[in-house]
Amino acid sequence: MAGSAIVAEGLQRSFAGALAVAGVDLDVAEGEIYGFLGPNGAGKSTTVRMLCTLLAPTSGRALVAGHDVQHEADAVRLRIGVALQDAALDDQQTGRELLVLQARLFGLTRHDTERRLRELTELIDIGDALDQRVKTYSGGMKRRLDLAAALVHNPDVLFLDEPTTGLDPVSRARVWEEVERLNRDLGMTIFLTTQYLEEADALAGRIAIIDRGTIVAEGTPNDLKRSIGSDVIIARFEGDASTAQSSVLDVAGVEHVSVHGDELTIRVSDGDAAIGPVAVALHGCGVPVRALTLRTPTLDDVFLELTGGHLHATDEERAE
Amino acid sequence: MSAEPAPEVRARRSSAVHDLRTVAGRALRAIPREPEFVVPALVVPVFFFVVNIGALEPIAEQGLVTDFKAFQLPVAIVFAVTGISRASALVTDIQGGYFDRLLLTPVRRVALLFGLMVADFVLVLSLAIPVVGLGFALGVRFETGFLGVVVFLLLSAGWGLAFTGFPYAIALKTGNPGAVNSSFILFFPFAFLTTTFLPQEALTGWLATVADYNPVTYLLSGLRALVLDGWEWGELLGAVVAVLGVAAVSFTLALLALRGRVSRS
Repeated sequence: MAGSAIVAEGLQRSFAGALAVAGVDLDVAEGEIYGFLGPNGAGKSTTVRMLCTLLAPTSGRALVAGHDVQHEADAVRLRIGVALQDAALDDQQTGRELLVLQARLFGLTRHDTERRLRELTELIDIGDALDQRVKTYSGGMKRRLDLAAALVHNPDVLFLDEPTTGLDPVSRARVWEEVERLNRDLGMTIFLTTQYLEEADALAGRIAIIDRGTIVAEGTPNDLKRSIGSDVIIARFEGDASTAQSSVLDVAGVEHVSVHGDELTIRVSDGDAAIGPVAVALHGCGVPVRALTLRTPTLDDVFLELTGGHLHATDEERAE
Repeated sequence: MSAEPAPEVRARRSSAVHDLRTVAGRALRAIPREPEFVVPALVVPVFFFVVNIGALEPIAEQGLVTDFKAFQLPVAIVFAVTGISRASALVTDIQGGYFDRLLLTPVRRVALLFGLMVADFVLVLSLAIPVVGLGFALGVRFETGFLGVVVFLLLSAGWGLAFTGFPYAIALKTGNPGAVNSSFILFFPFAFLTTTFLPQEALTGWLATVADYNPVTYLLSGLRALVLDGWEWGELLGAVVAVLGVAAVSFTLALLALRGRVSRS
C-alpha cells in the first residue's frame, strides 16, 4: 500500500492578521494526482507555497515526501518540483542555460544534466528555440519550459499551481497529457491547483474543494458529484427565483431545491422522470421561466451547493 | 512528449563553492547581454576624466598639483566602479518570480547574493582596465610600476565591490526597481564631498571636514600614491581600511535584507 506523499494537519497562514488559509488537513497518497479546486483568492496558492517551503505556516504542520516543510526545508526541496502560477523564468537566459542552471543548483552531475536535458527536450518540444533566449518564447513555450525546470532533478512530488491558466486549448491539452503521463509512467505524485472544473475532473483522482481558506469537501470527482443527487435541473427565471421555490418542493422525485439569485437548482433522483412535472409546477408559480436545463451534476454544482456561489463568481456576487 | 526521466538521477545539496560558481556564472553570462548597463558605466568616467582635465588642469597645476592627469585618474576609476551592480537584475528576478524558483532549490541563500557580487567584481575590474588604459594613452605613468597598476586595479575593484552592498540591500529590502535606481544618489556624496578636484590640504570649511570622514578621501589618497609617489604604505593601509569599513557596513545591510527576503515569514 502506498504511503503518504503529502500530509498536512491544521495548516494555517495569516497575513497581517487576516487568515488566508484557515486550517487545512491533507493526506495525499504516493502516486496520486490530487486536485485542489477553488476560486481566485480561496487559499490555493498560499497552501502550495507553504507545502513547497516558500512560506512558513502560521500554525499547523506539513510533511512532504516524508520531511517537515518547516524544519527540513532543504530535504523537501530536493524531493519536490514546483511550477508556480506564473512561469518563473529568466528572460535573458536561453532555455538550455536555464535548465542547466537548474540542474546545477540541484547538484546534478554534468553527465546527469546532459541526460536529463536530452529527455526533457522532447517534453519542451520547442526545437531550436531551446538555444534562444526565453524572452522570445510564446506563453505556451514558457509554461512548458517552466514545467521542464520543475522536473529537471526528477522529483518525487510535483506541485503545479494553476498550470494551464492563460493557455490556449492546444497547449492546455498538451499539459494535461504530460501530467497524466508523468503520473502513469513514473508514479509521480502530483498536487494540482486549478480553478477549472474540467481540469480537476479530467486529471485528479481525488479533489479537495477549498473556499475562503477552508476545505469544504473532498473525494473523487464522481463521489462529489453523486453527493448532490443523481441529476440536476436548473431553472432560470425572469425575476427572483425564491418565489418559485415552494412550487416544486412537493413534486415527486425532487430531493432538494436551492435558490441562487434568479436561478433554482433542483436536485432530483431521476431527471428524465422529474423534468415534466417540474416544468408543469414551475409554469404555475407566477414567475416567468427563462430556461430549464436537465443535466448530470458538475463540480460547479457541488461548489454551488457547498458555498452558495459559482466557482468563477466574484466574492461580491457570492455574497449577494 | 515522451520524456523518460532516469530513476537514478537524484538531486543533492552541492558545496558552497559550487553554489557560488553557479550563481556567479549566470550573472556573468548576463552582463554582455545587457550593454545598456555597461556602456554608460564606461562613458561617464571617461567623460569626466577628459572634461576635468580640459577644464581644470591649467588651474590645478599652478601650484596645487604637479600632474593633474595622474591626480584625476583615480577619480575616473572611482566614477567607473562605484554603484555598478546586478541589483536591478535581482529586482527583476524578485518581481518576475524567478527568485522564488531559485529559493525552491537547495542553493545556499548567501550564494544568491555573493554570486552576484563575484560577477560585479569581474565587471568593475573590466571597467577599470580601459580607464587606466586611457590614462596611459594620455601620458600617465605609475611610480610603482606594473605591480602598482595591478594593486591599483584590485583596490578600485575592491571599492566597487564594497559599494554594491548598498544597492543590493535596497533591492532585497524593497524589491522595487525605482528604489534601486535611486540608490545612485548615494554615489554623489561619496564621489564629490572629497578630494575629487583638489588635494585635501587645499580644501577648506565644511567640505574639508566632510572629506575627512569620507572613506573615498582615503581611497583616492591610496590610489594617487600608487600613481604619483610610489609604495606609500600608510596611504595604502588607509585605502584598504576605508574599503573594508564600507564593505562591513554595506554587506551587513545587504545580508540583513537577504535574511528578511528569504525568511518565509
